[in-house]
Amino acid sequence: MLSVERVAGGYSSEPILKDISFEVRKGELFGILGPNGSGKTTLLNMLSGVLPFSSGNILLNDKPLKQYSAKELAKIIAVLPQHSSQAFSYTVKETVSLGRYAHQQGWFQTWSKQDEQIVQQVMEQTGVALFQDQDIQQLSGGERQRVFLAQALAQEPEILLLDEPTNHLDLSFQKELLDSLKRWTNERGLTVISIFHDLNLAGLYCDRLLLMENGSIHSNDTPNEVLREKRIQTVYKTNIQKHPHPRVPAPQLVLLPDVNEQNSNCTIDESLLAVTNEFIAIKTPSPLRTMSSGVVGAGTGWHQAFVNRHVDKNYNCDDHRQEMEDFLRKNGFEPSETVGMMTAVMMEDFCYRKFKEEGFSIFIVVTAGIGNAIDVSQSAHHSFELSPGTINTWVFVNGHLTEEAFIQCIMTATEAKVKAMQELEIKDKRTGTIATGTSTDSILIAATQEGHEHEFAGTITPLGKLIGNGVYECTIEAIMKSRKRLIS
Amino acid sequence: MQKLFTQNYLVNKFTSYILATAFLFIAILMGISIGTVSVPVFDILNIIGAEVFRFPPNEQINPMHSNIVMNIRLPRVLLAGLVGASLAIAGAAFQGLLRNPLADPYTLGVSSGASVGAVVTLFFGVSIPFVGMFTLPVLSILFAFLTIIIVLIFARRIDRGMKVETIILTGIIFSSFLGAFISLMIALTGDELRQIIGWLLGSVSMRGWDYIYIILPFFLVGTIILLLNGRELNAMSFGEERAQHIGVDVHKRKMMILIAGSILTGAAVAVSGTIGFVGLVIPHLTRLIWGPDHRHLLPLSILTGSGFLILADLVARTIISPTELPIGVITAIIGAPTFAIILMKRRNKGRG
Repeated sequence: MLSVERVAGGYSSEPILKDISFEVRKGELFGILGPNGSGKTTLLNMLSGVLPFSSGNILLNDKPLKQYSAKELAKIIAVLPQHSSQAFSYTVKETVSLGRYAHQQGWFQTWSKQDEQIVQQVMEQTGVALFQDQDIQQLSGGERQRVFLAQALAQEPEILLLDEPTNHLDLSFQKELLDSLKRWTNERGLTVISIFHDLNLAGLYCDRLLLMENGSIHSNDTPNEVLREKRIQTVYKTNIQKHPHPRVPAPQLVLLPDVNEQNSNCTIDESLLAVTNEFIAIKTPSPLRTMSSGVVGAGTGWHQAFVNRHVDKNYNCDDHRQEMEDFLRKNGFEPSETVGMMTAVMMEDFCYRKFKEEGFSIFIVVTAGIGNAIDVSQSAHHSFELSPGTINTWVFVNGHLTEEAFIQCIMTATEAKVKAMQELEIKDKRTGTIATGTSTDSILIAATQEGHEHEFAGTITPLGKLIGNGVYECTIEAIMKSRKRLIS
Repeated sequence: MQKLFTQNYLVNKFTSYILATAFLFIAILMGISIGTVSVPVFDILNIIGAEVFRFPPNEQINPMHSNIVMNIRLPRVLLAGLVGASLAIAGAAFQGLLRNPLADPYTLGVSSGASVGAVVTLFFGVSIPFVGMFTLPVLSILFAFLTIIIVLIFARRIDRGMKVETIILTGIIFSSFLGAFISLMIALTGDELRQIIGWLLGSVSMRGWDYIYIILPFFLVGTIILLLNGRELNAMSFGEERAQHIGVDVHKRKMMILIAGSILTGAAVAVSGTIGFVGLVIPHLTRLIWGPDHRHLLPLSILTGSGFLILADLVARTIISPTELPIGVITAIIGAPTFAIILMKRRNKGRG
C-alpha cells in the first residue's frame, strides 16, 4: 500500500531524516515511536506530501507520491494533525464539510446528496453530530480533535495519518478513539499510521511499530519485539521496566522513578502482630510486594495489611468477597491495601515464628485446620464443595525477591506443608490415604523488597532452606494445637 | 429535521444577500441624491433609466439634475463603490489566507506599495507603451504584488509560524519605509506636487468616468479569481498545511489569491489613493453577521464594502460642506477604533 524507500530530507539543508525505508500494508495499524526530535513528525509530513524529501522515494499504491496531485492525494491520505488552528468561528458542520473538498468537482463544486450523507455519517461516528451547528472555537480541545477527525474521515481516505491523536483527549476518549481506529482497520481495511507518545497505548493497539532514533529507524517490528526493556531504555535514555498486560497479550512499560525510596528499615516480626478472637492481623509501615491466594488482594500486588479471619464452620455467603470487604472496612482495613483470608480455625491456635539467617530473616504465621484434609492424588473422589478447615500459610521475607523467587517460595512452602502432613499422618477421610493439604488452603508470600536480594528460593537456596524448615515446623505446631482442641 | 435545517440555512443565506443588496442600493441612491443640490430619488431612477437603459425620458426632469447625476454624482458613487468593493474583497481574501482578522491591504503595506508605484508613475511621468492610460494601475498593481511578497518572505524569516503580530509589524515597517519614499519624492518634486498630494490623501472626487473604465477590468478579473477560490480560502483559514491535507494545491492557490488581492488593491489605490481600513472593517463585520464561510463572505463583502465607501464618501463631502474631507479621514475614524477593538478581543481570548 505504502512503501518508503531510502528517504532522506528535512526542513533545512541539514537532513533530519536519514535513509528511512519501511512498508505499510493495507489494514495495518502502524505506530511510529521515538523520543522528541527523532523525526517522527517530519516523517509524517513527508508521507502526507506536505514536506518534500530530498532523496529516496515514497510509493503509494505503486505510484510515486510526487506524481499525485494534491486532490488525488487527499482522496487517499487524510491527516489528523496534532495542533489545528482555527482563526474564524466556523460551525462544526462547515468544518467537517471541508473534508469533502477533494471529492467535489467542477468550477461550482456542488454539494451532492452523497456529500451530505457522508458528512452526517462521519459526524455520527465521531460523536460530533450532536453539536454540528456549534462554533468550533467554543468546543473543548477533545471535542475539537474529534471534529478534525470527522473532517479527515469525510475525505474517505484509504490511509489515515495521525500525529499523537490522544494528546488532548481524556482517558475514555483515548480508548474510544483507538478502539474505533482498530475497528476501522479490521472492518474496512483502513490503514492507520500514527505517531504515539504513549508506548503502552502503542503496544496495546498497534500491529507493528517503527521506533525512530535521531532521524533513522532503530527497529521496525511487532510491538512485543520493539518494546523491549533494553531497547526502550537506550533509545529513550530512561529507566523503564516491561510488564505483561493483565488482560491482553500486549507489552506494557512502566517508569522506574529515580527518587530514592526512603528505606523504612522495618523488619516484619511478631511485634506487628495483632490478635483478637475474630482475626489475626499484621499491619506493616510500608507496603509489601505480595503474591497470594486470599479472598481479597489475591494475585500479585503491593499490600500493607494482612488479615486472617475466623469464620464459623457454617459460614455461607453468596458474595463472600463483598462480605469480606465489608468486614475489613468495619475493622479499619482498606480492602485495596489488604490481603484477606478466612479460616474456621480458632484464632488462639495460630502459630508464628521468626527465623533468622545472616543478612535476612523471615516471619511465618500458620493457622491449620485439617477437618477437610485431602490427598491431592485421590481428589477425583471428592465433589467440589468449599468447606472450612483450612491451612493458611503466611511467609514474610525481610529481603528483596525476584518474581522467580516468589513462585519458588510458594513451591517450597507447599512442599514443606505436605511434608508436615505426612509426618503427622493426617489422613484423607474418604480415601484413607495420607493427605497433602486441605481443599481450601491459602498462601501468602510477602517481601519488603529491601536489603538482601534473593534471586531464587528453591529448596536448597539460603531462603528456601529457611522457608522449608520454618513452614514445616510451624505447620506441625499449628496442627497439633488445633488437634488438641478437637480432642479436649 | 435535516431538511428543515438545510432549508433554513438556504433561507438565511438568501436573506443575507437580499439585505446586503438592499444596503448597497440605498447607499447608491443616497450618494446620488444628497449634496449641495439635492436630487429626488424618483428623478434619479428616471435619469438613470433614460440615460443608461434608454427608456423614454421623462419631460419633467430638470436638465441640470440630469447633468449632475450623469456627469458628477453617478461616476463618483460608482467609483467609490468599486473602490470599496475591491478593498473589501481583497481584505477578506488576505484575512482568510493569513488566518488573521487584522490583515488588510492597508495594514499589510500593500496599499503603500501600490502608492509608491502610482507616485513613481506620476513623478517620472512614466508611460508604458501599449498600456496607455492603464500605466498607472499596472504599475500600482506590480508594486502592490512585490510588496506583499516581500512582506510575507520577511515575516516568515522572522517567525516561521507567521504569527498575527509578526505579519502586522512587518506590514507597518514596510508601510513606514515606503511612506518615507513617497515623502522623499514629494520633497523632490516641483510642478506635480499638487497632483500627488491630492491623490495621496485619498479621494474619489472629480475623477469622472475615465477612472471607472480604469478600475473596472481589474476589479472584474480580481473578483472572479477570488470568488473561484472561496472553498480554498475556507480550507486555508485552517492553516496551509491543513489545506494541503484536505487536497488544496496550496502553492498555486496562494499565488492566485495574492495576485488577485494585489490586482484589486493596486487598481483601487491607482484610482483613489490610499484609503485605509475598508479592507479591515468590512470583512470583519460581514463575518460577524453572516459567518466566516468565504463562498458567501467574499460576495457579501463586495456588496457591503461598496455600500460602506459610498456612504463614507457621502459623509466626507457633506459633513463640513462646502469643504470636502478626504475620504480616508472618514474610513480611518471608523476603522482605527475597530482595529483596536479586534486586537483587544484577540488578546483577551489568548489569555482566557
